[in-house]
Amino acid sequence: MAIVEHTDGPGPSGGEEVRRRDFINIAAVSFAGVGAAVVALPLIDQMNPSADVLALASTEVDLSAIQPGQAIKTTFRSQPLFVRHLTDKEIAEADKVDPSTLRDPQTLEQRTVDGKKQWLITMGVCTHLGCVPLGAGEGEVRGEYGGYFCPCHGSSYDTAARIRKGPAPKNLEVPKFSFTSDTAILVG
Amino acid sequence: MSFPWAEQYKPQHPVMQWMDEKLPLPRLVYNAIGAGYPVPRNLNYFWNFGVLAGVALVIQIITGVIMAMHYGANTLVAFGTVEQTMRDVNAGWLMRYAHANGASFFFIVVYLHIFRGLYFGSYKAPREMVWLLGLVIFLLMMATAFMGYVLPWGQMSYWGAKVITGLFGAIPVVGEPIQTWLLGGFAPGNASLNRFFSLHFLLPFVIAGVIILHIWALHIPGSSNPTGVEVKGPQDTVPFHPYYTAKDGFGLGVFLICFSVLLFFAPNFLGHPDNYIEANPLSTPAHIVPEWYFWPFYAILRAFTVDFFFVPAKLLGVLAMFASILLLFFLPWLDTSPVRSGTYRPVFRKYFWILILDVLILGYCGGAPAEEPYVMISQVAAAYYFAHFLIILPLISRFEKPLPLPNSITDAVLAKYAKADGEPAAVPAE
Amino acid sequence: MVRIGAFFVGLFFAGWLLISFLFGAYSYVTEPPAKTVEHEFHLAPKHVSFSFDGPFGRYDRQQLQRGFQVFKEVCSACHSLKFVAFRDLEGIGYNEAEVKAIAKQWALKTPDVDPATGEMSTRDPVPSDYFPKPFANNVAAAAANNNAIPPDLSLMTKARHHGSAYIYSLLTGYTDQAGYKNAKGQELLKEFPDAKTPDALHFNPYFANLNLAMAPPLAADDQVAYADGTKATVDQMAQDVAAFLTWTAEPKLENRRTAGLATIVFLLIATGLAYMSYQNIWADKKKAA
Repeated sequence: MAIVEHTDGPGPSGGEEVRRRDFINIAAVSFAGVGAAVVALPLIDQMNPSADVLALASTEVDLSAIQPGQAIKTTFRSQPLFVRHLTDKEIAEADKVDPSTLRDPQTLEQRTVDGKKQWLITMGVCTHLGCVPLGAGEGEVRGEYGGYFCPCHGSSYDTAARIRKGPAPKNLEVPKFSFTSDTAILVG
Repeated sequence: MSFPWAEQYKPQHPVMQWMDEKLPLPRLVYNAIGAGYPVPRNLNYFWNFGVLAGVALVIQIITGVIMAMHYGANTLVAFGTVEQTMRDVNAGWLMRYAHANGASFFFIVVYLHIFRGLYFGSYKAPREMVWLLGLVIFLLMMATAFMGYVLPWGQMSYWGAKVITGLFGAIPVVGEPIQTWLLGGFAPGNASLNRFFSLHFLLPFVIAGVIILHIWALHIPGSSNPTGVEVKGPQDTVPFHPYYTAKDGFGLGVFLICFSVLLFFAPNFLGHPDNYIEANPLSTPAHIVPEWYFWPFYAILRAFTVDFFFVPAKLLGVLAMFASILLLFFLPWLDTSPVRSGTYRPVFRKYFWILILDVLILGYCGGAPAEEPYVMISQVAAAYYFAHFLIILPLISRFEKPLPLPNSITDAVLAKYAKADGEPAAVPAE
Repeated sequence: MVRIGAFFVGLFFAGWLLISFLFGAYSYVTEPPAKTVEHEFHLAPKHVSFSFDGPFGRYDRQQLQRGFQVFKEVCSACHSLKFVAFRDLEGIGYNEAEVKAIAKQWALKTPDVDPATGEMSTRDPVPSDYFPKPFANNVAAAAANNNAIPPDLSLMTKARHHGSAYIYSLLTGYTDQAGYKNAKGQELLKEFPDAKTPDALHFNPYFANLNLAMAPPLAADDQVAYADGTKATVDQMAQDVAAFLTWTAEPKLENRRTAGLATIVFLLIATGLAYMSYQNIWADKKKAA
C-alpha cells in the first residue's frame, strides 16, 4: 500500500524497472496480509465450544416414571428440555387443529416420533426472547391452549407446543432425539 | 521534537483532512513511526530489536487475553483449566505454547536490545531518560513474567512463588509481615493465585503505557546510531517509513521463523518438566530453578554464602540481586566517556565482551543445581559483574583513549560502501 | 559523587563475593562434598526410538492402541489418567462405537449421584467421562499402596526429562541390587552399604532416588495378549505403553507439527519477499556517491 508511493519515481533504468520494484513491495505486503488473516482464524475459533463442551451435547432421559398428563423438565446443552407424556385427550385436541391456520404450520405427527405420538419432547425455550415457559411443572399455568404459557410476554402454546397466541414467531423447538428403548430417549 | 527537515504530514483525502482537524492521530503515527520521523541512515540489524520487542508484547497480550478466557484462577482448578485449554479448546495448545514461549522470546529480544544499548552507548546524554524508562519496562516485565509463571499452578509455579516471596522475608523486622501480605496467607494459596492473576493481566498494559513514554523520550533527541556521532544534517537521515519499516519487516520475518521453530517443534524446551506436576505444598522438587531469563540474577542471589558480620548471607544475596538491576539506573552517570559507540572505544569494547561472557556464565550457574563448583564459579562471576559496572567502567571512561571518530554519519557510510565496493561504485539493486 | 558511592558499593559486593569464594574454595578442598549414591548410580534414560521422534515424527496408531491395552490391563489398577476422557480415544484410531463400548465395559465405574435416591453411587462411564480414578483420594491411595501414592499418568512423559524414554527405561530397568555395578565398575552395596533398598521398595537405577515403591508391573512376556498379533515381550509392552503415555501427555503433537511446517514454509517465503522489498527500497541509499 503506502510503501508503493514511496518507491522512487522513474529512475535512470526506466519504467520497466520501477514496475518490477513495485511488484515486489506489493507482493511482500500482500503476503504479510494473508498471513495475518490466517493467524486470525485460530484466534477466532478458540471462542467456539471446546471439545469437552461438545462432548456433553447429548442427554439421556428415562421416560418410565412419567405418567400421562405429566411432564418433566430436564436439561439439554445447558438449556431446559421439556418431556411431556400427552393424554389421549390432549392428542385429540392437537390433531383437531388445521395446521394451515397456524402461524408455524406443523402437525403433531411431524413433531413426534412415529408410533410414539404421546411423547412430546421440546426445548423449554420460548421462541420469542428465550424465557422458560410455564406448564411443565406440576400445577403450573398451561395457558389457554393447554400446552405451555410464557409469562414474559404472554405467548401461549398448545398441547403440541405450537405457538397459538402472543408474540413468539415459532413453535417450541423439537431437538434431534431417538428412542434407545421403549422407555428411554437420547437427545442430541 | 524532530529535525527541521522531517517530512510534513499532508493528508490528501478529505476524510483524512477532516480527521486531522478533529483528532490528529494519523499525524501522530506519521511522526512517530512513519515518514515524518527522520532516522540515522546507518542503523544496523541490532536496531531491529526495539520494534521486535513491541511485537513480542503484542503477541503476549493477544495470546494472554485468550488464555484468560479459558483459565480459572483457583488452586483447585487452575492446573486443570490450563490442561483443558491445551487439550479441548480449539487451537488452545497453540495459544498456550505461544504465550509460554512468547515470554521467552520477549526476554531474548529485550536482552539483545539492552546489550545493543550497552555496546553503542545509547544510555548516554541526551538519551538518559530513554534508558531509564527502558529499565522500568524491564522491571515490569520481570514482575509480570514471575506472576505469570505462577498461574498454571504446577510444582515450579508454587515453589517459585514461595521462594521469590521468601526473598522479602530476608528483610529484617518487616520481612515476614511483608511476605505474608504479598501472599495473602502463610504459603502460596488461593489468595496469592487470584492477586497474581489480576496483576499479571494488568501489568502488560502498564508496560504498554511506559513503552509510549519510552518512544516519546526517544523522539526528542532522535535515534542513536552505531557510530555514536549525532545527526548533523538531512544527508545523515532517512525517513523511518519506508526505509526502516521495510528493514523491520524483514527482521520480523526472521524473528517469527525462530519463534515458530521453538513454538511448533520444541515448545517445552525452555520450560521445566516439574511444572507439568500439579502444585504440591508437601513436596519440593529436587531442583528449583526459575525460568531461564532469571538465571543470572538467581546466580547472584545464591552466590552469597557467608554472613557479613551481623548481616546474614541471605539478606546480602537479596540486596545484591536487586542492586545488580538497580545499578543499571546509574549507568549514564557511571560511564562519563564522551564517546558513545563501543566501536571507537578499544578498552571498553574488550570489557564489554568480558561482561557478556560473565553474564552467560552467571546464567549457566543460575540454572545449575546449588552445588559446587557452580556456587564458586558464580561468586567470581558475580564479583566481576559488580566490579564491571561500579569500578571498571568509571575508570575506563576516565583513562581510555578513544579512536578517532568519523566526521559525520554520512562520512562513515560512504567510507563503508567505498570499501565494500572495491573499484566501481555500483551496487546491484537486488 | 555517584561514582565515588558506586566505587564503594562495587568494592563491597565484589570484595565480599571473592571472600565468600575463598571460604568456599577452602572448604571444598579440605572437606570435598560427599558423593551421594544417587549421583554415582542413577542412570539417564536408555536410548529407544519411537515413531514420533524427530521434528516430523508421527504417532503409530497400532502402537498407541497396544499401549492403551497395557495401560488398561496393567497400569489402570493403581494409576489415574485424569486429564484424558474416553472420547479422546478416537485420537488413537478407535471409532465412536468402539469408544462407547470401551467406556461401558471399563472396570472402574464413574462416581455419580443416584438419580432416584440422591445417594452417591456409580454408573458405567460414557465417552464424555474422564477415566475414573482407582482411588477416591490421596489418603485412600496411600493406604492401599504402602504409603506411596501412585501418580497420575496423564502428563508423566512431560513431567520427566526425556519422558518417553524414561517410562520405557523405568519399566524395563528393575534389577537386583545385590552385586549391581555402575559403568565405572563400582559395586553399589560395597560403595554405599547404607543404601540397601528397604524391604517394601524395589531397586531401579532409572528412578531418581533408586528405590521405587512400585513392584515391577511388567513381569513376564505375554502378560497381555495383543489383538494385532504383536509378540508381547516385556520390552515391547514397555515401549508401547511409553508411546501411549506420550500421546496422553501431548495429544495435539501431530496437529502442532503439521501447523508448524506450514507456518515455517509460509514465513520463509514471506521473509524472502520482505528481504527483496527491503533491498529494493534501500537500493539508492546503499550506493557510494
